[in-house]
Amino acid sequence: MHELGITHEILEIVLRYARRHRVTQVSKVLLEIGELSDLEQEWIQHYFDAISRGSVAEGARIEVKKLPCRFFCRKCGNEFVTTLTKDEPLICYGCGSEAVEMISGSEYTVKSMEAT
Amino acid sequence: MSEVRLIQIEEDIQADNRIEAKKVRSRLAETGTFMLNLMSSPGSGKTSLILKTIEAVRSIGSPAIGMAVIEADMDSQVDAETILEAGIPAVQLRTGGFCHVDSYMVAKTLPSLDLEPINLLILENVGNLICPAQSDTGAHCNVMILSVPEGDDKPLKYPLMFRECEALVVNKADYLQMGDFDMDSLCRRAKKLNPEIEIFEVSCKTGAGVQQWTEWLLERIGR
Repeated sequence: MHELGITHEILEIVLRYARRHRVTQVSKVLLEIGELSDLEQEWIQHYFDAISRGSVAEGARIEVKKLPCRFFCRKCGNEFVTTLTKDEPLICYGCGSEAVEMISGSEYTVKSMEAT
Repeated sequence: MSEVRLIQIEEDIQADNRIEAKKVRSRLAETGTFMLNLMSSPGSGKTSLILKTIEAVRSIGSPAIGMAVIEADMDSQVDAETILEAGIPAVQLRTGGFCHVDSYMVAKTLPSLDLEPINLLILENVGNLICPAQSDTGAHCNVMILSVPEGDDKPLKYPLMFRECEALVVNKADYLQMGDFDMDSLCRRAKKLNPEIEIFEVSCKTGAGVQQWTEWLLERIGR
């Protein structure tokens, strides 16, 4: 049920922008989803198809861009990408410090859409 | 035929929920009510921990602390009835098949509680380690339970939940000797995701660790 609720929110945002830009047909919606947020494109598309019927967003293709977990090292300023689901220490690839913080990877964003 | 346009949106899918969550917190602030969002898998002991916590708050000598519970379930009233038997106001929040509680559901439930005498409001979220982690409920503090039989590898599978919680209660500690659950591995994995996370080893069955957890909670709510 999670994806369905989320898809309603996505459709609402898309339709709001469609009205604002006087759109007659939305052809593509781009989502940026952080690796930690875990949404499946297949299910979003499936639900989107069902709930967008009869609107200007009917038939739009959903594209999900997965954003990896990106970290910043407070000690040396290095930025690096890693995954949190591996059982290994979380340390800076540059200097080995543990003083790292996540700067992206939990996004949940409607980035843009293509429309006529 | 008109040309295809690229329209920039850049909107957080959960922005509306976050705004509503802020409203919930403002509403709770009016009565000085602290809301705790308790999350875990089904069967890891949310209701048991709530009952033990109620008991411990009373015995630690804080009878003046008013408590209430919001019991979220897909469709059942069993847990709310259990809490009511303990003499604590409880309301049922039926999510109607939804896998988690969001701030709209909490906002709709609050009017059925007399918040004035309530200092600690506990939200028992739907049993699930995935979806509840993604939704701000309007609570002031998120806490999760992991029970020993579930295994020490759960931080690897549900990283977001461990990141979103201030405290981790490891329940059913009385099972620690019976399997291959490695407490050190669990702590290492949880701290990797969330270096600040407080970890409590608890057995709701024997009562071990309940006091330490409750003392932390009371400190957290400023009592």
